[in-house]
Formats: sequence, structure tokens, C-alpha cells
Amino acid sequence: MTLAKRIIPCLDCENGRVVKGVKFLDIRDAGDPVEVAKRYCDQGADEITFLDITASHEGRETTIDTVKAIAGQVFIPLTVGGGIRTLQDIREMLNAGADKVAINTSAVTNPDFVKQASEKFGSQCIVVAIDAKKVSAEDEPDKWEIFTHGGRNPTGLDAVEWAKQMVAFGAGEILLTSMDRDGTKDGFDLKLNRAISEAVTVPVIASGGVGNLQHLVEGITEGKADAVLAASIFHFGEYSIPEAKKYMAGKGIVVRE
Amino acid sequence: MNRVAVIDYGMGNLHSVAKAIEHVGENLQVCVTADEKTIMDAHRIIFPGVGAMRDCMGEIKRLGIDDMLRRLVEDRPVFGICVGMQALLEHSEENNGIDCIGLIKGNVKRFPENMSNEQGERLKVPHMGWNEVTQTSTHPMWSGIADGSRFYFVHSYYVVPESADEIVGESSYPETFTAALAAPNVFAVQFHPEKSQTAGLQLYKNFLSWDGGC
Repeated sequence: MTLAKRIIPCLDCENGRVVKGVKFLDIRDAGDPVEVAKRYCDQGADEITFLDITASHEGRETTIDTVKAIAGQVFIPLTVGGGIRTLQDIREMLNAGADKVAINTSAVTNPDFVKQASEKFGSQCIVVAIDAKKVSAEDEPDKWEIFTHGGRNPTGLDAVEWAKQMVAFGAGEILLTSMDRDGTKDGFDLKLNRAISEAVTVPVIASGGVGNLQHLVEGITEGKADAVLAASIFHFGEYSIPEAKKYMAGKGIVVRE
Repeated sequence: MNRVAVIDYGMGNLHSVAKAIEHVGENLQVCVTADEKTIMDAHRIIFPGVGAMRDCMGEIKRLGIDDMLRRLVEDRPVFGICVGMQALLEHSEENNGIDCIGLIKGNVKRFPENMSNEQGERLKVPHMGWNEVTQTSTHPMWSGIADGSRFYFVHSYYVVPESADEIVGESSYPETFTAALAAPNVFAVQFHPEKSQTAGLQLYKNFLSWDGGC
């Protein structure tokens, strides 16, 4: 009996549609989020992550409706992120049917928010999303910094130290995205992932850069991730979830059949 | 009409529990409620829970849910889930020690720090994700669910019932722990059936026809 490593398809949604960009630009339409989520669930995805990249107020209403619709049909864990700023935002998403919320920018601007959120709703539903970019030169020891606003704003925060602080504040899980790799299909930043996974006590989800199934395997074996998140390889039909699981199982990784 | 009450004491999202039951049942009324009359009028009770035990027990006592449960288990099926399962025991280590409802003899313990598996890999706490559940004894609630099916867990504490006879399902992380227990009119699981896809939905389906016997 062993805990399975998780495969998590990610739905980046804007104004009620699944989209996927490269390095947060060049948006492509990838379908209706409810249909996409249901398809992944039926295929054996272990969780679904829904990231709302809509900025407008009207868009938020759409998002809540979409989360409700997904939660009524998908009986696996659902994480919702994007624009979570207040305890009320968290309550709304949980009431709409989310199991966890991912907090990103607000954790940086107000770290106490993570503490308040985990005390109020329990660590099990508080995921802290970390967007990190390598800032060390080739001949220097590895160093990654936290960026916000889709990778535009540097914060001066060291990614490993930040992850540890977020766990101390009650984060139940870390969703770690490499800004250098996101959308590139070059694979996860394995050193970054490993550094953070070994530094914290909670599960780490590797994100950013998956281009093939071997990348998923490496995220777990070398990046020490507890779960791997990917978007475009699944959205555009390059690989299916069962193919990914079969490949990972063939490499000795325990997955849910 | 099968009336199901999902006991709501303000801890966590219960919509997914209600939606899962509605998804598998027919001629059904599901109420997410803390209202004593609604709960006492229901044929079947779901007792879920997430979050910290101190806060859970505080609300359970404030709303009188502990007394209600003692009466409910006398004559109708009760299904405890996650922290709802843990709250049925006598005492939890969480929050420096909290007395619980005590319907089942035994305690709630935390996974130790610095656990590792056979390969020497460090195991994280919370135990989060899909793990296999071995059915250690036959039970009507396991009907139609393959032994060893994976269910979705997210927890840092687990129950240790005093009587091993009450254990009906086990999982391991890396040591064996109780994943499901049963007593007359009580079935309780550490995992989340509402998040465990086919096997989890089958468990709710079984609950809707379970007569409370073992």
C-alpha cells in the first residue's frame, strides 16, 4: 500500500474559457472548463486545478458559476486559484465547491493572510502558489526569487526561504511554478523543485514546462515532487492522462490506475 | 423518501458531500444543516468535518451535536468522514489534547515527523492523495468496491480504536493505520468519499441502503 503520485491537469481560465499561453502571453483557446474538467476526471486525473486569470469583476461571477458547475460533476479534488485576496474570497470559492484555494500574490503582499486563512479554514485547503525565477548566474550557487503578477514583478524574496515561511504560516501544500520554464515544454526546473521539496514538510506540486511524459517522471524522481501539474500537453491532445499514467508506472512510479 | 442530513457545524465545504449523495441517490432529500429537528427527522446522518479539532469540538458542543449523535446512533445509520470520524473517538492529540465525543473507544494520534518509506524517501505530512484501502473485514458498506481501491486522503491525524474488531479498513503511511471503522449504526472513514470518484460514490450509494448492521 503506497500513496500514489498525483497527476493534476491545470485549467487556466479567462472569462469562462480554458486558455493556455506561453510564458503568460499568446493565449490559445482550449475549450469549455466544465467539459474539459469532466473529461480529465473520467480519464483518471487525480485532481483538477482551476486558475482564474480573469481580472474583471464580471469575470469573477463567471468563475464562481464555473466552479459550481465543475464541482457538481467532478468528484475528485478541485483547487481554485487566481485573485484570492480576502477570507471572503476563500469562503466564496469553498462554498462554490472548491476543495482548496491557491493563494499567490496576496501571500506576498500580506503573508499574514496565509496564517489567517489556514487558521480559519484549515491548512488542508490552503495551497500557496509560488512563481519563482532563477536569479543566480551560471557560476554562482543556485538562487531563485519570487515574482508576482504573472512573472512581471520581482519581490526580492528567496524562493526556498519563502516556501519555508509559508509552511510555517499554515500552507498545506505548495504549488511551485518555474517562470523560466512555464510554457516552454523544456521540462520542470528540477533543481528548484528539489530544493523546495526538501526544504518543506508539506507536499509540493511541480509546475511549469512539461513538454513530454518523461518530464513528468523527472519531476517526481529528480524534482522530488509529490504531484505534477501540466496543461498544454493534455489540452491539445498530445497525450492523455491514461498514457501519462501508463508511462509513469512503467518507470516505477506509483500512480492510481 | 430517503431523508439524509449532512451535519453542518461550520467546518469546511459540505456542498461536495451533498452533491455526491445527490449524484448517486434517487427519491432523496439531502439537507446540509445544524438544525436539531431536521437532523432528528432524517433517516440517515452524514457527519463530516475538516480543520482543527479544537474548533470542531467547540462548535459540536456549542450546537449540541454530540448529544444528538449519541441519540442518533441508537436507531439510524451515521456515516463519519475525516475529522467527523476522528471526533467520534474519545480523545485527540491535536491542539495539545482535546476531548472528543467518545462514541467509539480510542484515541486520535498524529503521524510522526521525519517518516520515510522503504526506499528511504521522506514522507510528507499531511498524508495527501490517493492511497489504497484494504478491507480488513466484510461489511455491507464495502459492497461493489474492490478490495485495495484507492481513496483520496488529506489528514495529519488518524484514529486508533481501542477494539481492533471495529477496524474494517486499513491503509499505510508507511505504518498501517485505520482508514475505516464500523460499529452498530456507525461507519466512519478517514478519507473523503466525495473526492474519491467511482469508489467513493459507491460508498455513498451503499450508505443510502445500509440498515446499520455489520
